[in-house]
Amino acid sequence: MLTIKDLYVSVEGKEILKGINLEVKPGEIHAIMGPNGSGKSTLANVLAGKEEFEVTSGEIIYEGEDLLELEPEDRAKKGIFLSFQYPVEIPGVPMVNFLKTAVNEHRKFRGEKEFTAGEFLKMMRQKEQLLDMNAHLTNRSVNEGFSGGEKKKNEIFQMALLQPKLGILDETDSGLDIDALKTVAHGVNALRTPENATIVVTHYQRLLEYIVPDHVHVLYNGKIVKSSGKELALELEEKGYDWIKQENGV
Amino acid sequence: MSVLVEKADLSLKYTGHYNDVKDLLTEGSSDILNSKRNKAFQDFVMQGIPTRKNENYKYTNLQPQFSPDYKFIHQREKTELDLNQAFRCDVPQLDTHLAFIFNGWYYEENRSVGQLPEGVILESLEKIANEKPELLEKYAQLANTEEDPLVALNTTFAKDGYFLYVPKNTKIEKPIQLINFLQANKDAFSTQRNFVYIEEGADVKMIMCDHTLNLNSYLSNSVTEIFLGANAHLEYYSLQNQHNKTTSLNSVFIHQEKDSTATTLNSSLHGGLIRNNLKFILNGENAEANLFGMAFIDRKQHVDNFTQVIHAKPNCMSNQVYKNVLDDESTGAFAGRIHVVRDAQKTNAFQRNNNLLLTDSATMQTKPQLIIDADDVKCSHGATVGQIDEEALFYLRARGIDDKKARLMMMNAFAHEVIQQIKVEPLRDRIDELVDKRLKGEVARCHECAYNCEC
Repeated sequence: MLTIKDLYVSVEGKEILKGINLEVKPGEIHAIMGPNGSGKSTLANVLAGKEEFEVTSGEIIYEGEDLLELEPEDRAKKGIFLSFQYPVEIPGVPMVNFLKTAVNEHRKFRGEKEFTAGEFLKMMRQKEQLLDMNAHLTNRSVNEGFSGGEKKKNEIFQMALLQPKLGILDETDSGLDIDALKTVAHGVNALRTPENATIVVTHYQRLLEYIVPDHVHVLYNGKIVKSSGKELALELEEKGYDWIKQENGV
Repeated sequence: MSVLVEKADLSLKYTGHYNDVKDLLTEGSSDILNSKRNKAFQDFVMQGIPTRKNENYKYTNLQPQFSPDYKFIHQREKTELDLNQAFRCDVPQLDTHLAFIFNGWYYEENRSVGQLPEGVILESLEKIANEKPELLEKYAQLANTEEDPLVALNTTFAKDGYFLYVPKNTKIEKPIQLINFLQANKDAFSTQRNFVYIEEGADVKMIMCDHTLNLNSYLSNSVTEIFLGANAHLEYYSLQNQHNKTTSLNSVFIHQEKDSTATTLNSSLHGGLIRNNLKFILNGENAEANLFGMAFIDRKQHVDNFTQVIHAKPNCMSNQVYKNVLDDESTGAFAGRIHVVRDAQKTNAFQRNNNLLLTDSATMQTKPQLIIDADDVKCSHGATVGQIDEEALFYLRARGIDDKKARLMMMNAFAHEVIQQIKVEPLRDRIDELVDKRLKGEVARCHECAYNCEC
């Protein structure tokens, strides 16, 4: 589904990612862990198409296509979804309009009939239950006045509405209390199918107790320095990132 | 030197014109209007057409606008068309008391006003000045000719416009809608003078729409004086939708007594050059004034909003929110003055001006000004000039919404804060739609008139 080959990425002339290789197959969950500043969020944002990240070499093939050639909106419509670490507040854009537009852009792209307002609302109410979303939130402007936890839930709620092939969760657990964490994890798990895949970017092992990964990668200083099964997350939790730093000669 | 002569010539052109048409101006006009002309003319001569040296007109150069050889419309002209027939308001469910004003003159055959509550008068200013001069005792008391040359010029030429009187404790349920049409067979200069007297406890909503019916150049110089009695309530919506060869100069004065509330909301959707002067005097305790404005301009259009709120008594509240979206090489200006006079304690006065520049060549000048002579007041002002938030744009695009649509959503969101202040629901829906069309670059005509003027 996704193949990243020897990816180098710079931001404002500073090299952040230094040769990333990653292979994600349908049905898999990959966790990308690493200390702060290792490049985890950069990787997530590059996949979504954020422009200030400059790919200096390497390639990303998504479903047989050169992903780097695609605009962010086209990536989204082809099934890539980034759950933002810091969801943006957009005063004046009502949630419902935003969600309906996004869903209908996806439907148009797939050649399906656009939802009417009534059809959309019905669908939305169902997904609200999945994420235990308070209905009043969808009456507000996008993320406006949402608590940290509500913002993160709202990201997974959008994921439920858009049903991506590849979900990328960028530090979705940060700022969540344990109940919200469980709800979010439940949402992510409920959305799993044998055809879609998830990349979970996280600093802590905590989320991985609820979203169990098939593969865990440790990103350090712009490179994946360790890849293994889910047991690696536990080992990291126990030994801390200093273990990785020492192994990599710092 | 030659430039100076040219400028002097320009003012001379208007002073010369006054001497030529003096008789025409006084003919048929009441003493109330005529008695103000000479003084107003002297004040105009003293000030001249404003140049950029005039601090209040620093960002709006009116010299080119006054240069063309306009036809002056100092007499009521017969219209060839029946405006009642020609105009079909296509705003669904907008049920109003509707009257037309043609080139600054109150249309004689207004038949769409409908049944107004008892005692309410909506009429031609000229007619009321002649027939019920007692209702115009306060004429020209707010519009000071010494302070503004445009007001002086208007008072010099003033012959007609609309007159509205609402007696004590009268609530008019339906909004009063006044539609200004400009249409002449050549470039024309129109003068419109309006007077509104709302007595104690009355409640009125007004909707003003400015339109042009063909593509000639127009300069419209209007002055409106509004007196709002104690505990009276006014909502005043103005929709400016003309074309690139129009110059729209509007001076609105509102005088409020205690416990009254006035809300003005100005939407500039289209026009070559628009200058809105809006001056409030809060002259009774607990009066509240809300001033909202939004403008959407492109190409070489220019919009300048100039507000002044005088807090003359304690415990009053004023709130201003002005928002502009500027595209292409358009230019905008906002100047907002809040004056809290001595002893106007417990004043609350707020002001905000936010601007969205869509290109590098669009420019905006914004100037807040607070003059505070009392010590127990809450005043704030803020201004921003910026571009579309790239983070928010990326967020929308990352959900599959294309760049163009995402920008449009953001621009609509920007305007939304002002649009939602429109309390007349069908009007709000319509303006929402017009703003959306305007932002999409589609020509947004407010109505479907019978003229197909393509303007």
